[in-house]
Amino acid sequence: MLENYLPVLVFFVVALGFSLVMLLTGFILAPRRPDKEKDSPYECGFAAFEDSRMKFDVRFYLVAILFIIFDLEIAFLFPWAVVLDEIGGFGLVAMGLFLLILVIGFIYEWKKGALEWE
Amino acid sequence: MAEFLSPLLNLFPEGLRELILILIQIMLIVLPLVIAVAYTTYAERKIIGYMQVRIGPNRVGPLGLFQPFADVFKLMFKEIIIPSAANKFIFFTAPVIILFAALVAWAVVPFDDGWVVADVNAGLLYVLAVGAAGVYGVILAGWASNSKYALLGGLRSAAHKIAYELAMGFALVGVLMASQSLNLQDIVRAQSGSIVHWYWLPLLPMFVVYFISGVAETNRAPFDIAEGESEIVAGFHVEYSGMGFVLFMLAEYASMILISALTAIMFLGGWLSPFQGTFLESAFAWIPGIIWMFAKIAVLLFLFIWFRATFPRYRYDQIMRLGWKVLIPVTLVWIVVEGVAVYFKLGPWFA
Repeated sequence: MLENYLPVLVFFVVALGFSLVMLLTGFILAPRRPDKEKDSPYECGFAAFEDSRMKFDVRFYLVAILFIIFDLEIAFLFPWAVVLDEIGGFGLVAMGLFLLILVIGFIYEWKKGALEWE
Repeated sequence: MAEFLSPLLNLFPEGLRELILILIQIMLIVLPLVIAVAYTTYAERKIIGYMQVRIGPNRVGPLGLFQPFADVFKLMFKEIIIPSAANKFIFFTAPVIILFAALVAWAVVPFDDGWVVADVNAGLLYVLAVGAAGVYGVILAGWASNSKYALLGGLRSAAHKIAYELAMGFALVGVLMASQSLNLQDIVRAQSGSIVHWYWLPLLPMFVVYFISGVAETNRAPFDIAEGESEIVAGFHVEYSGMGFVLFMLAEYASMILISALTAIMFLGGWLSPFQGTFLESAFAWIPGIIWMFAKIAVLLFLFIWFRATFPRYRYDQIMRLGWKVLIPVTLVWIVVEGVAVYFKLGPWFA
């Protein structure tokens, strides 16, 4: 059972090694001539006029929160979907109720405008 | 595979043989994948060229076939600019994470019956998990560059990636309900029968949602706002040059091929012959399953390129609207419909 994951582990090592080697070839082969202007942040030719560690839109935070909620929902749906044949009508209704509660939450956030971007 | 290599494997001590075998299998995936990525970039330029009634790359080598290698070697010798304001360590961790995430998902992808590196029972969960790991790379790349374009591009990209990941996850729940297994091989086997038993037909809305989300996940046109070259120049990877940039490109095309492969596995019957169950079945039985698999991947990749040549870019609010207000409700409704269908054993598709 768990030994099926050995190839996955080896794959992790190979993929990491491959990515690092790719990056390293660039460092070895390419020239390196730093220059103050060349290394400055790119802002379409203008000098950067403030640091980019700035405030950003709260909606990104909202989307992340919604993602966590819905991803959790998917985590609950997966085991249910796999054994749907065995749990029968009761399982179907139980998940129906769970989905209903989440859909109410979804409708609420929709009406509140959490999904609007303009 | 093991029998075929046994003379070679006998050279190694007992404990190492399995490891060597695994390494060979991984190399048999990673190296062709890199070449496939190179030639996908070539195919993309060529196909878009023909769609725009021009020829595309045709100077480097016959028919321009060496173009991808010329590009890679050029980029190898390009200076890697390290922005003075960047967090150096994270700046170089980010592309490694992205490429890593795009490569490791291939560990569980079956190319034919039994042709898989890791026959993992939770294959689908694994694919979702490593797919989500790529978002870390995007956020880190955008943040570490310490450039406003990169930061905004990274945030935009991450927000739209996770929105479409939800739609993808819900679409996969539909596949799970039909196949009753998380193992990708079992999912393909559950589709055997004929072309109408493949899940594209019984799960048509899920298929459409999954593929559209896949296109959005990989930042491809018409969902390429993350790098929208005319607005925020190149989004989260604007500060990357040389091999850093190559890693991003490699990851993008590798995940394009991955999404195509996963769509083929989950909705188009993976390695199964499209002539199964028809009178032509025996006539085409000599074609190995892996050829069908590759053919399906190629068709789906062609769709990716076709989309890019056809559609104008979505605006950011339109992308979020499509993800949250169209794709997610569609999948939710179809999960309910399918749940009822499975319970009442409706139709020939839900056993």
